[in-house]
Amino acid sequence: MTEPVSRKPGHESEKIVAAGLEDTTVVAGLELEVRSQWSYARRRFLRHRLAMTGLILLIIVFGAGLFANFIAPYSYEQIDLNNILAPPTTFGHHFFGTDEIGRDYFSRVIYGIRTSEEVGVFVAVVSSFIGLIVGAIAGYYGGWIDNLLMRITDLVLTLPALAILLTAAALLGSGNQWRVSIILALFFWTTLARIVRGVFLSLREKEYVEAAKAAGSGDARIMFRHILPNTLGPIIVNGTLAVATAILVEAALSFLGFGIKPPTPSLGSLVVSGQTNPQKWWLTIFPGLTIVLIVLCINFIGDGLRDALDPTQRRIRA
Amino acid sequence: MLTYIARRVLYSFPVLVLSSFLSFVFVSYAGDPLARLRANPQLSAITVAHLRHTYHLDESIPVRYWFWVKDIFTHKLGVSLNTFQPIWPDIVRTLGHTAQVIIIAEVLAIILGVTVGIFSAIKQYSIFDYLFTSVSFLGFAMPTFWLALLLQILFVDIYLKWGVRIFYTSGLNSPHEGTWSLDRLQHIALPVMTLCIISFAIYSRYMRASMLDVINTDYVRTARAKGLPEWKVIMGHVFRNALIPIATIAALNFGGLLGGAIITESVFSLDGIGYYFVQKLGQLDLYAVMAYLLVTSVGIIFFNLVADILYGFLDPRIRYD
Repeated sequence: MTEPVSRKPGHESEKIVAAGLEDTTVVAGLELEVRSQWSYARRRFLRHRLAMTGLILLIIVFGAGLFANFIAPYSYEQIDLNNILAPPTTFGHHFFGTDEIGRDYFSRVIYGIRTSEEVGVFVAVVSSFIGLIVGAIAGYYGGWIDNLLMRITDLVLTLPALAILLTAAALLGSGNQWRVSIILALFFWTTLARIVRGVFLSLREKEYVEAAKAAGSGDARIMFRHILPNTLGPIIVNGTLAVATAILVEAALSFLGFGIKPPTPSLGSLVVSGQTNPQKWWLTIFPGLTIVLIVLCINFIGDGLRDALDPTQRRIRA
Repeated sequence: MLTYIARRVLYSFPVLVLSSFLSFVFVSYAGDPLARLRANPQLSAITVAHLRHTYHLDESIPVRYWFWVKDIFTHKLGVSLNTFQPIWPDIVRTLGHTAQVIIIAEVLAIILGVTVGIFSAIKQYSIFDYLFTSVSFLGFAMPTFWLALLLQILFVDIYLKWGVRIFYTSGLNSPHEGTWSLDRLQHIALPVMTLCIISFAIYSRYMRASMLDVINTDYVRTARAKGLPEWKVIMGHVFRNALIPIATIAALNFGGLLGGAIITESVFSLDGIGYYFVQKLGQLDLYAVMAYLLVTSVGIIFFNLVADILYGFLDPRIRYD
């Protein structure tokens, strides 16, 4: 990193001013703001109406989960024996009613959102990280490493996913949300690994990579400094959508009794009390609708991000 | 083409061995399948030890795995550790029920999805298009178990309120009714509906996107330029080519559903292979769980292969060698 000539920022503009010249664009009466690729992407995203609606709604819902301690009127375990299976009321503060042992359903749903968002974010971050490393190594080195890593990816992709997840949950003793998250993360990285591998495979032949090599950069530097920024778009889009998938799969596992176990409330296991009391509609409707809302918002945001970050993949408006 | 198929089939063997070994280790470590027997006061410790020996549970895991592999070929997947009955008849029976449900559901979903996809693409941004776009977005966001539960609750309520039995909400048959009867249809209607709605969302989206891709190609412009009537352009040139990706997706989806109707079958207590699996997994019935995983893995690998072959067959631009 030793450069022979140290360049001061603003050096060139100073020279221009010194020479008595002004910025040509201003002279011509045109104001051209210099925008980075990211600010273009941000503008495209901010103009995507569905994505912005989704983002705002998601911030509200996830905010409620994040600050569950302050928002939930009761603890998720507090039992109110006077109100067992009470329908939703605005008075008495059981907005979503109560469950079969009199716990406030609104509080339980709010805490369930927190569990879901912990699972979703953890799975997205960890699986993106694994997928990124595997994809980068496979795509950059190619050869037998690529072959081996891609065969492992194929292996994960050809398995009956839900069944394997259930089996893994039975082994690792499901229960707390972090265990479930780790199991999910170990299965979710394959999609991203394939995407990243594809990008690395094509970019390693580019001139700038050759230039970096000629300048003496090591493999790690080329991979993470030069090629990685070009894969950030797909990584962000895929990571966003992974949050939604993880939340859906966690809910399904918990619903089947192999995921998060009580007392930790999870949106999936809350629906179970709706199944045991089919006459009490609020027990099914509220946690389910919350899942639908979260996933819908994330999918919209993902679509918006794809349109914003990946201009090559011009999708027809959905 | 034949070498390609042969290579794919050969390649799938190590995949099966590796994946089945991993699941075998998973399930073996999950707990003791005979714990329930041990808790039974009527069985002596010697009997349990004898059972342990008979079913090789006292061996190390690789040895047990080897015995299991031998059982696949010599004893048709072996014996359940819970009921001590052979597994194969159970698999055949439940797979038949699952197949009945998913074939009906998938055929309906493909017909509906493709039709809606065509019209959405032709009348892009019309009310019709927006309506079904919203429906499919909802379908993508809806957890399967919740959709199934909503349908179940709805029809339970209808029955309790008006005493009309339109569809049954759990099980497979009333007593003394056959496989091909109105009673069976009433039983499987709700599982079929659930799977159909979820698959419909997928097919209609893909069909729409696929149609729009083809509509913008040069040969469609040529077809229009030479004066073909619009319906001929759509049906003869666009529709046929747009179906190619749908065929692959259908094959993949079918393979996935063969083992993956777990949730729907569990909600409706349908005696299918997915429900069988969940029950056996809950009992830690090692050999039954392994049988399920093997059968469904083979199913998925087979349908993946079918998807690839279909793709090459329908689209001459794809060449396998």
